[in-house]
Amino acid sequence: MNYLENRKYVIQAIFLVVGIVFACRLFYIQVIDSSYKQAAETNAIKTIIQYPFRGLIYDRNGKLLVQNTPVYDLMVVPKEARNIDTLKLCKLVGLPLEDVRERLKKARTYSYVKPSIFYQKLSTQEFAHIQDNLIDFPGFYINARTARGYPHQSLAHALGYIAEISPKQLEDSTYSGYRSGDYIGKSGIELEYEKYLMGKRGVKYKMVNVRGIEKGAFKEGAYDTLSVAGQNLVSTIDLDLQAYGEYLMNGAKGSVVAIEPETGEVLAYISSPFYDPNLFTGKEYGKNYMELLNEPNKTMFNRPIMASSNPPGSIFKLAQALIALQDGIITPNTGYPCNQSLIKCSHAHAAPTNLSIAIQTSCNPYFYQVFRAMLNRGKSKNTFKDTALGLTDWRDQVTSFGFGTKLGIDLPNEKQGIIASTAMYDRIYGPNRWKFSTIYSLSIGQGELGVTPLQMANFMATIANRGYYITPHIIRSIGEHGEPLPEYQERHYTTVASKHFEPVVDGMAAVVASGTGRNANLSKLGIEVCGKTGTAENPQGKDHAVFVAFAPKVNPKIAIAVYVENAGFGAQSAAPIAGLMIEKYLTDSVSRKPMEKWVLSREYLNID
Amino acid sequence: MAVEQTIPKYKVATRSSRRNSNKVLQNLDWVTILLYFTLVALGWMNIYAAVYSPDNVVNIFSFDINSGKQLVWISASVVLIIILLVVDYKVYEHLAYPIYGGVILLLLVTLVIAKPIAGSRSWLDLGGGIRLQPAELAKFATALAVSKFLSNVNLRQQNLKDQMVLAAITLLPPAIIILQNETGSALVFAAFVLAFFREGMSPLILIIGGTAAAIFILTLLVPKLYLIIAITALMGAAVWLDYRLMRRIKTMVALLLLVIAMIFSVDYFVNDILQPHQQNRIKALINPEADPLGFGWNVTQSKIAIGSGGLLGKGFLDGTQTKFDFVPEQSTDFIFCTIGEEHGWIGSTVLIALFMLLLIRIVSIAERQKSVFGRTYGYCVASIIFFHFLINVGMTIGLAPVVGIPLPFFSYGGSSLWSFTILLYILLAIDANRSLDLSR
Ligand SMILES: [Zn+2]
Repeated sequence: MNYLENRKYVIQAIFLVVGIVFACRLFYIQVIDSSYKQAAETNAIKTIIQYPFRGLIYDRNGKLLVQNTPVYDLMVVPKEARNIDTLKLCKLVGLPLEDVRERLKKARTYSYVKPSIFYQKLSTQEFAHIQDNLIDFPGFYINARTARGYPHQSLAHALGYIAEISPKQLEDSTYSGYRSGDYIGKSGIELEYEKYLMGKRGVKYKMVNVRGIEKGAFKEGAYDTLSVAGQNLVSTIDLDLQAYGEYLMNGAKGSVVAIEPETGEVLAYISSPFYDPNLFTGKEYGKNYMELLNEPNKTMFNRPIMASSNPPGSIFKLAQALIALQDGIITPNTGYPCNQSLIKCSHAHAAPTNLSIAIQTSCNPYFYQVFRAMLNRGKSKNTFKDTALGLTDWRDQVTSFGFGTKLGIDLPNEKQGIIASTAMYDRIYGPNRWKFSTIYSLSIGQGELGVTPLQMANFMATIANRGYYITPHIIRSIGEHGEPLPEYQERHYTTVASKHFEPVVDGMAAVVASGTGRNANLSKLGIEVCGKTGTAENPQGKDHAVFVAFAPKVNPKIAIAVYVENAGFGAQSAAPIAGLMIEKYLTDSVSRKPMEKWVLSREYLNID
Repeated sequence: MAVEQTIPKYKVATRSSRRNSNKVLQNLDWVTILLYFTLVALGWMNIYAAVYSPDNVVNIFSFDINSGKQLVWISASVVLIIILLVVDYKVYEHLAYPIYGGVILLLLVTLVIAKPIAGSRSWLDLGGGIRLQPAELAKFATALAVSKFLSNVNLRQQNLKDQMVLAAITLLPPAIIILQNETGSALVFAAFVLAFFREGMSPLILIIGGTAAAIFILTLLVPKLYLIIAITALMGAAVWLDYRLMRRIKTMVALLLLVIAMIFSVDYFVNDILQPHQQNRIKALINPEADPLGFGWNVTQSKIAIGSGGLLGKGFLDGTQTKFDFVPEQSTDFIFCTIGEEHGWIGSTVLIALFMLLLIRIVSIAERQKSVFGRTYGYCVASIIFFHFLINVGMTIGLAPVVGIPLPFFSYGGSSLWSFTILLYILLAIDANRSLDLSR
């Protein structure tokens, strides 16, 4: 057995010989033979990222809303930029010495061998000047890419903006396709449609030697990928109408939303004050953004979908009328006295003998009595319980108009608003401790109600359609010849039958023909506008003016909501703006120049 | 070794056997365990380095990349180790044949039902994205069966029948594996020769095998005529120096003719029997520079990567050649390139030294076994690890053909890590109970 045991030495020797041979061989190729090190140097790979062309956005008539403009960044590779004349560099880029030193330091901290941006977004003149003198600055080069450009300065809030992806997003696996320094949609359409707009980056691998001279494609381009341009979007916005609306609203605070009732397409989307979207594309992006964010008029606040705490005011009476008709509480011919002991009426007028007159005169006591009849139907002998039952039923119907819910527009951060509920009042007052007399202000659109301007415009589209709406949306199709998006084809019916809309529409026509909405009257042009004024109570200051309308009465083409903050009664400010925009959209011109002049004068802001 | 008289009962260590399990813990070979975890941990870090991209830094724990997944395999290995050590060590000997039979069956089933992945029918899809390569299990199963068989026969007695059975046990798994188109894994079974040698196989087989391999490689490197002249001269000189060989002159001439025949058949073998991709591997070994972007790509690039590491290496994560896919299969078969480039000759040598320590330790464990079964199994373990090390490191530095087999404990991949873990820890389990064996 002994001689076999000795074989363990043979086996261990085999192991050790192999280990030693390997170590020697490694010593030869790693330490003695320098040819592999040279080969490795010629083996360096330069990764050239080909940024995709971000999708463009057009308006409904094919006008360009968002384009790509070339921008040039001055890049630096610190390792190669060791022996440069810093003072000369200061002169070239027009920066103070400390700033240049700071920027170089920052680049070195990031990486000694990898390029970083030294100076972002050179202007065309800067680019030409610097390009000519770069020969004296080894390690510096100019990198061309594209940035967003907005030829019309309109629609800033809806378009949104793009910016460098944040470190937080980079850590999120949702953004695994992105890399540091990539641009990404941060708000508006740019955010909502990011996956279509972004396209796909391409990468080219080039073999370069130590001096950075290209030695051809790596593996004949087997690993290269082509960049794929993002898809273009066609918006539903009518740029002419949008620009005109912005012209009218300039200097005022508020919102205008116009919708094509038949399709739910948003024709105009104005949040005022607005800003030039080009502010967010230049070097000063960060500074501009912070300035706008901290500005007292809340420019960055996307009012049409985010201003959700304001009550609708008198325009809500239209909803009350429709629900009461559906439930058989009233008929078109029901009259109620203008009993001012119940609730004050806005102005003196004859007793409304039917619904249309009540709408035309916006009679508060009338709708007080309608609402009381709706809530207290005697379903329970207990008044409190009866009111709660009535309110629950009423709320179901109100929300069928899109109030109190997010409509689902294709823009981020939409708010749902508030519609009073039994749960809410139980929380405020306690169960069985509130009844109609506690909550009667709902009847005229005040109290625990909050609607967004978008919901108001959608409400008009619903009445224009006599009973349904299509989810409002701002993008019609992906691609210039794409099909309309399928998610925006479905009709959402309200609880109110179509036949009950006509008397309400008649009342609205009367409002514009001879009531508070006369400033939106276009009868001289043969256009019958149906509308309703409103005033939203504002505990912080002067009330907000509201006007909602659609036109023409038959076969409506546009529904609109105008909301002007601190402008008092809707007739003086909101109605003229709506009338002018309707005319602009339907006739492509504006005939009522004095009215336009009045709006632009902003004098309505001074009327008490 | 005493043969069990009663039907053995296999049980997990319970309270009644606590004394035994304490003893097991004491007797565990902690040196080997330390070496094992050192290799696994270094492997994990190098897998991260291999997939690391400075342009897109991903956390080492991220499941999106190989290092994150490897950590899962490593954690599962720890569970596996505990199970292997807790299970009654006698199971491995008593169930050696059933385990072997089961694995053979699994190999056959795989051959029939597996969907080809990159031309190989060796992966068994277990569903849920989990795949198993039964060829990996065949290594320890065959080692068990071989050890069991050798514990009952004596190789020195020239019993042809026993030798045939042993050959069959050893060659059946690689035969099926070759049918699965996994030639690399099949070659590993050649390693058993070392274990047989220790148990009494004639050294002639080892010498003939080694000589044949040397002639094969020399034929490809040196012109045939020179080679024949050199060998003839060598033999002539041997006969001239030792006249006793004159008496065996017929044998010598026959041997010379055999060698010459072999030299000529190498060409035929390489060009007509081997498949094109296998030919390329052979040619790449001989002259990788002939077509550096073609079949020699792997060898050239892996040598450049290792060679550029220098004495001290470029530093962890600072390699340039092992990124960008210059070297293919960076985290699996070519993981050694990452060490060579980033840690230089020092790092490479430390790794080689770790493997040497592990192999020599395993041999000493094998030698201290009281049973032939334990000892043979120990040698099988050492041989298999050694063969993987030899081919894997050899191919990256141009000393062995490019055969896709992983570096034990180091390369990325669950099947490979688990199979080596099982292989090693069965030995440690047997070893830890060697005193019980004695006291029985
Ligand atoms: Zn009245």
